[in-house]
Amino acid sequence: MSVGTYTPAPGAAPLPRMIAAQTAFETKMLLRNGEQLLLTVIIPSLLLVLFSTVDIIDTGGSRRVDFLAPGVLALAVMSTAFTGQAIATGFERRYGVLKRLGASPLPRWALMTAKTLSVLATEVLQIALLTMIAFALGWSPAGNPLSVLLLLVLGTAAFSGLGLLMAGTLRAEATLAAANLVFLLLLVGGGVIVPLDRFPEGVQSVLALLPISALSDGLRDVLQHGAAMPWGDLGILAVWALLSLGAAARLFRWE
Amino acid sequence: MRSESVVQIRRLVKRYGSKTAVDGLDLEVHQGSVTAVLGPNGAGKTTTVETCEGYRRPDAGTVRVLGLDPVADAAKLRPRIGVMLQSGGVYSGARADEMLRHMAKLHAHPLDVDALIERLGLGRCGRTTYRRLSGGQQQRLALAMAVVGRPELVFLDEPTAGLDPHARRSTWELVRELRADGVSTVLTTHFMDEAEELADHVAIIDAGKVVAEGSPEQLCRGGAENTLRFMGRPGLDVGSLLKALPDGTEAVELTTGAYRITGQVDPQLLATVTSWCAQHGVMPEGISVERHTLEDVFLELTGKELRS
Repeated sequence: MSVGTYTPAPGAAPLPRMIAAQTAFETKMLLRNGEQLLLTVIIPSLLLVLFSTVDIIDTGGSRRVDFLAPGVLALAVMSTAFTGQAIATGFERRYGVLKRLGASPLPRWALMTAKTLSVLATEVLQIALLTMIAFALGWSPAGNPLSVLLLLVLGTAAFSGLGLLMAGTLRAEATLAAANLVFLLLLVGGGVIVPLDRFPEGVQSVLALLPISALSDGLRDVLQHGAAMPWGDLGILAVWALLSLGAAARLFRWE
Repeated sequence: MRSESVVQIRRLVKRYGSKTAVDGLDLEVHQGSVTAVLGPNGAGKTTTVETCEGYRRPDAGTVRVLGLDPVADAAKLRPRIGVMLQSGGVYSGARADEMLRHMAKLHAHPLDVDALIERLGLGRCGRTTYRRLSGGQQQRLALAMAVVGRPELVFLDEPTAGLDPHARRSTWELVRELRADGVSTVLTTHFMDEAEELADHVAIIDAGKVVAEGSPEQLCRGGAENTLRFMGRPGLDVGSLLKALPDGTEAVELTTGAYRITGQVDPQLLATVTSWCAQHGVMPEGISVERHTLEDVFLELTGKELRS
């Protein structure tokens, strides 16, 4: 490189360009990661196909795919916004990526915006894929798309808050273990594939307050039963979102 | 040549719990210079640099970088500086070239990424992701990330730790090119030769304070006396030799016929010694002059070995 190559010419790129670049980069890293794809794409798709075609669970007389599709959509949101984001961000913190980006022209709020956009982009891909699979299995959804969108957005906010809270406070290895464990527990106990009414009464009322239960129940109310606005479930998700995002904003440590 | 200062640190104090990492440190960095912060592990080098980068908030004292407060004016300062952390800072699943291209996109007028990849030999990393790169490749990528945005001032925290000699030279060469183009550099190191080779200004720090500073030449001259040795006939009149030498010089016969003179050893002193020998019919053999290195200076100032 010749004389004058390094002559200073500092400056930040325009904000929209930085956010777009960061979003594209985060999404690329996420889609490249095999373990992430297992969680976000393969497991939800397999569960949908397996439980729709094989008579394992009792879905209370309704067609299995109509019961399962909303639950698997809820699972897809959880896998990306919570599990995937917690693990990825935990390791980015551990390996100094968040620290290094903190010294770049990209403001922290813009980094978090890009992370959110990356989660949303991934969810769009997941939902497109799962919807196609469900239709192929004979799914016939009902209800108002706006209610579905609202549930998905609030669910994403609640799970993002929980994922970032975990990633920003625990060690990366602890986050990895805890995020996977929580994923598994909520998969079983959150009305995703096992209807909540299979659990004992007392347990049911507690499980119903979990964000995954609210999301899967709300989506099922709308998509399976044609409900207009599942206000109760939306309320539960909104409270989770407020609490978790608030706690994450206060407690998140960048290094 | 007195130029504008790009970093001003006054009475900086930084504590972690009960431990004081930086304890009243003063430092000034001039525009366009290479400043080496030299010290043993735990001396407070990284804390000092990370305070300049805005990562740490001073407990006392002031820090100004390019005239800005690194914490309060972070948004203005960050686009203008380049940062190389001691380790990490890269997505473990990213390839070297894509990480560098991404960093370039965050800046308004970045360097030509392909040329920089070529310059630092990162092209050979190919499709390998960061976690599988060698330590040296990871270091060079971090260096490239520090300069890709064409900063005015770069902070390099131990830029050559763990590099092989060839890679070290190549990093030094890049730092010289930065200086030639008017970029100011602050680097931390615990390698004496690195400070001697590269730095215009060296600040030796120990236990959170600057214990000596100056150009490498000034430090070597000022901090310690040099030594002249020669062999000659046993039992020379050392007293007579001393009379010919400037005040403050010492001369002893260490062992039979082995003489040592300590003091300001300059060409004049060497000439005086040889002419004294000529007058006394002595053939001085094995004349050697030992110049004190930064390492000696450091040892004298701190009583510590640097690479412990």
